[in-house]
Amino acid sequence: MKPTHIGWRAACISLAIFACLLLVWHLATAPKAGSESARAGVSAGAPADDEYARLMGKSSSSPVKTSGFPGLAQMGETMRKELANPFYDNGPNDKGIGIQLGYSLARVGLGFAIAAVVAIPLGFLLGMSPLMQRALNPFIQILKPISPLAWMPLALYTIKDSSISGIFVIFICSVWPMLMNTAFGVASVRRDWLNVAKTLEVTPLRKAFLVILPAAAPTILTGMRISMGIAWLVIVAAEMLVGGTGIGYFVWNEWNNLSLTSVIFAILVIGVTGMLLDLVFARLQKLVTYTE
Amino acid sequence: MDKAFLTVENLNKRYADDGLPVFDNVSFGIDKGEFVCIIGHSGCGKTTILNVLAGLEAPSGGVVIMDQREVKGPSLDRGVVFQSHALMPWFSVLGNVVFAVRSRWPDWSRSKAEEHARRFIDMVGLKGAESKKPSELSGGMKQRVGIARAFAIEPKMLLMDEPFGALDALTRGVVQDELLKICSATHQTVFMITHDVDEAILLADKIFLMSNGPRARIAEVVVNTMPKTRTRESMHHDPQFYRIRNHLVDFLVHRSRRIQEAGADSVDNLTLIVRPGLAEGAAEQAPVSTPAADNFPQAAA
Repeated sequence: MKPTHIGWRAACISLAIFACLLLVWHLATAPKAGSESARAGVSAGAPADDEYARLMGKSSSSPVKTSGFPGLAQMGETMRKELANPFYDNGPNDKGIGIQLGYSLARVGLGFAIAAVVAIPLGFLLGMSPLMQRALNPFIQILKPISPLAWMPLALYTIKDSSISGIFVIFICSVWPMLMNTAFGVASVRRDWLNVAKTLEVTPLRKAFLVILPAAAPTILTGMRISMGIAWLVIVAAEMLVGGTGIGYFVWNEWNNLSLTSVIFAILVIGVTGMLLDLVFARLQKLVTYTE
Repeated sequence: MDKAFLTVENLNKRYADDGLPVFDNVSFGIDKGEFVCIIGHSGCGKTTILNVLAGLEAPSGGVVIMDQREVKGPSLDRGVVFQSHALMPWFSVLGNVVFAVRSRWPDWSRSKAEEHARRFIDMVGLKGAESKKPSELSGGMKQRVGIARAFAIEPKMLLMDEPFGALDALTRGVVQDELLKICSATHQTVFMITHDVDEAILLADKIFLMSNGPRARIAEVVVNTMPKTRTRESMHHDPQFYRIRNHLVDFLVHRSRRIQEAGADSVDNLTLIVRPGLAEGAAEQAPVSTPAADNFPQAAA
């Protein structure tokens, strides 16, 4: 009874906070206050403003002046339009949010998958062999703190393909948490279980898949979850740099179009997608977690 | 030179190269079908001896020979029941036992292995709990799964490291009875560590008493002269019970330390074979020279 009670109260507070945020947004972007101050203060600059407005293709006698930051109504309109047709494709600079998101997810998925294929077996090796752990540790310690974007010029120069460079950057940022966690998980498998496997003369392959992998799975999944979080952070920045397609490019493109509503919409989409990705890994984590 | 099923000769173990050995000059033999308990204070190296027998640890010196072959590493010939049960929490009860069965007989089909595993799960009285995860079981049930797993590979010898140490008295009794039943049915050779004197008297044919470490050794072998048919409920009515019990407790309280203080080089450096259960005077206390294995009389004597 009590947990649901707390759940309802939390939901109510969340909704209240959300309503407050919307209200603040609405008040901050409301046209009234802005136009009044404009009328009162800046009469001298008015002709120049008019001329600028005309140059920009807008009428100088527009009845309401806004602060420039989009209001809730404009925001709603953009969201409605984008969500009504997320997969349209009108050439390289005008694609629907769904298509852009798809590009980003594909890059993250591919880079992440390659990283998993490399990091998990390598992590096994590090976890099982203290010698290799020591031998490779200096490389890992130096490579790990490098911002993945710092690799971008090198990737662009050697790979000569912006899209693959993006995938490479995702790979390089996802690989470390998975590698470290796999190595740690494998190294800290309980001695007892290994002794059981020893006394049963279990073959190395069976031991790896039936004892060590399930024992280390929760730790490995934690690493994958962290990696996915970082990859989703990095993909936006990477796509802003390389351009062409993807949600990061979409944000940058809309900024160049001065379409703030689209930028805000894209930010929301990035947030929701990131949350969903994290949820998937949380679910997977729950699946492999065992209680002793 | 001797016919014992398992022979241990001059085993010693030191953890630091220049330090004193934990135990020294440990020699004994175990016959096929014999149930042996080893009792001693903490730190005398009981678990190390068991690990050496299991092949999980290497001794600093000495040899272990089982069935005419030297024990060099872990083997399916020796099943181990761990103190902490060591069940894999991601497998079900059945999965844990099947894992062991399929390690022993890799070419068996899944259904054959499961059928075999079920037989041993039934034997320890866990029918109906096959699909449960270890975390859903009580301590006693977990330990029974550990025993089923060890028995299921039909080892030549069973090694148990304080298997009931973590159980409450009631559960312990139930699982002991279960173990006794299975052992007498299968004539399993068992080497078991325990701290519980009553448990040793109930289960063991012979009880090895270790002096305190460092430089611990097996000071006495107590032959359990009580009838094989003894049960937990009735054995304390047998006059032998208290004689054996007092002997064991006296050893743990007084003699285990005195023997260590006397030093391993003293003339007392012998393993005594005693039968305190027999009436006063009838107990021959014949000192025998090490390795004692040479002179072990049959437990039934």
